[in-house]
Amino acid sequence: MAELTYRDAVAAGIAQEMRRDENVVFLGEDIGAAGGVFKATVGLFEEFGPRRVRDTPISEQAILGAAMGAAMTGLKPIAEIMFSDFLAVCWDLVANEIAKTRYMTDGQITLPLVIRTANGAGSRFGAQHSQSVENWAMMIPGIKVLAPAFPADVKGLIAAAVRDPDPVIIFEQKSLYAFKGEVPDGDHVEEIGKAKVLRHGTDCTIVALALMVHRALAAAEILERDHGISCTVVDVRSLVPLDTVTILAEVAKTGRLVTIEENPRLCGWGAEIASIVADEIFWDLDGPIIRITTPHIPLPSADLLEDNTIPSVERVVREIREKID
Amino acid sequence: MDTETTQKAPVVLGHDVRLELYKMQLELRYCEKRAYDLFLQNLIKGTSHLSLGQEAIAAGFGVAMRSDDWTFCTYRGHAHTLARGASMEGVLGELMGRQCGLLGGKGGSMHLTDVTKGAMGSYAIIGAHLPVAAGAAWSAQYRGTEQVAVCFFGDGTTNIGAFHEALNFSVIWKLPVIFVCENNLYMEYTPISSVTAVEHPAADRASAYNLEKIVIDGNDADEVYRTAVKYMERARAGGGPALIECMTYRHSGHSRADPGKYRPEGELDRWLERDPIKLYRERLLGLGIVEATLTDIEGESMRKVDEATEAAKVSPVPTLDAIDKNVWADGSTAWRN
Repeated sequence: MAELTYRDAVAAGIAQEMRRDENVVFLGEDIGAAGGVFKATVGLFEEFGPRRVRDTPISEQAILGAAMGAAMTGLKPIAEIMFSDFLAVCWDLVANEIAKTRYMTDGQITLPLVIRTANGAGSRFGAQHSQSVENWAMMIPGIKVLAPAFPADVKGLIAAAVRDPDPVIIFEQKSLYAFKGEVPDGDHVEEIGKAKVLRHGTDCTIVALALMVHRALAAAEILERDHGISCTVVDVRSLVPLDTVTILAEVAKTGRLVTIEENPRLCGWGAEIASIVADEIFWDLDGPIIRITTPHIPLPSADLLEDNTIPSVERVVREIREKID
Repeated sequence: MDTETTQKAPVVLGHDVRLELYKMQLELRYCEKRAYDLFLQNLIKGTSHLSLGQEAIAAGFGVAMRSDDWTFCTYRGHAHTLARGASMEGVLGELMGRQCGLLGGKGGSMHLTDVTKGAMGSYAIIGAHLPVAAGAAWSAQYRGTEQVAVCFFGDGTTNIGAFHEALNFSVIWKLPVIFVCENNLYMEYTPISSVTAVEHPAADRASAYNLEKIVIDGNDADEVYRTAVKYMERARAGGGPALIECMTYRHSGHSRADPGKYRPEGELDRWLERDPIKLYRERLLGLGIVEATLTDIEGESMRKVDEATEAAKVSPVPTLDAIDKNVWADGSTAWRN
């Protein structure tokens, strides 16, 4: 086990797969010689050279189109979209082309490609560089959607995504890039479609994703220590496919579901989980489902405003205290 | 016809190639006309975008391409898919929503694909497939296979962002991709000249990407073939992409909903005089090919279309289990466990 930052785990995951498979190539803006604007891809250009690690112009449609064309003809491209907000300028490629082509061609075309992108708030970048858009991707049939919270999952899920025969989009939470954690040495691959239970409790089950997993864990500590409320915390990790087996089992055990979502309120991923829980284990619930989300607004940039917009540890503690006794 | 910048490549065409070009154009024409007839019989549903009048382009490239080259085309892609050797029964069957369809009835007219023939898809969102073709070309370049990607699109595509992104990208990476603009003068229902800053929507943009300005007669299969061979060979040898604007005209409207009434009086008649198949037949006779050879090809092509039509008509409709197949590579549609 080595301690790596979340950003170093990105480079470690990509490097692991590029060493293993000559067909893995990597493209994006400033990813090569510059090492990435978040410094998450430092060292790859030096190790693998400009043939495999390719800097592109600011042309997101070209980046994803090239990844798609390369994937359908034998390569396994990893494409970086610098900020997830920029997915909006190449959404045609994601939603209409990459996600649908296998189905439309009745399986003739396989697209083993990975899109990595920096998602989420916490960096005071304002409304066009801080959105959590994982729910955009989740609603499109045909693309797998991952959002790791810890460095080990970053490395292992990138590796799994590269090896997966289907298109996968990985949302890296940009304010976690400096977060450090233990990462297994050697070949490390996680399983796509598995949630992880990080903490076992008896009073409620908190289901969270990416940065919100860390806030859920911190809130659970406070709730246990100061208020005697014992929480299970489930890290969803994979929105598509969704590990409903783990989520339903953990919610049934405590009888309460709390989702903590960084995406804005409407059609957030937690709404889908709430719907599944209500449909399938309603009689195991002891009280209403609680969704804690970012309000349905574009994100403001000033410290105070942003901190009071995305769910904070204090807000999670307060809402759970108010609604669960 | 503006041919001031026409490329006269020194590619020699023998009778065998010319007869192949004639046969290909005829098959594309007859099949497309059949698709129209089947619409009128309500055997084909949905929309359809015919390329009647534009066959010389698909045929010229289709005959010139290596079997492992890749075609990327648009929703007006019946001809380009057939020109790679996709089964006519598979094409008509797909249009009719039958099991024998190339896509088992899951794609329809606008998404014809036959990967086994290098027909890598018909793309129905304008511009999307230009960068995809560039990506395939990147793959060929990376693996050193000397394959070429050929990407067909209409004049209307030149005003969308993906066109410009793909051109710049392909030039800076020197990719083996040929971009073929079929300028049929109309962006759907609107004259392209009324919505474009330059006379030649593709070729006049070429210089912005350090590419040669190439405008050819898209109704002359020989000229298309020669141009295709020239620039594909250059691309194979590492010479990078080309952007070729082919002047042509669609005899029918944009889609089956469009009778094409916006066209000025006499325009269609003038272009019918320049029908690529009519012109080509005259050329072949002028070159000394006997009429009987041509009528044989014509009869054979029609028989092929008739047989494909009958085979597609008797093919069953898809079974409902097709709905739940092939979202994912494991064949499933599962989004949860």
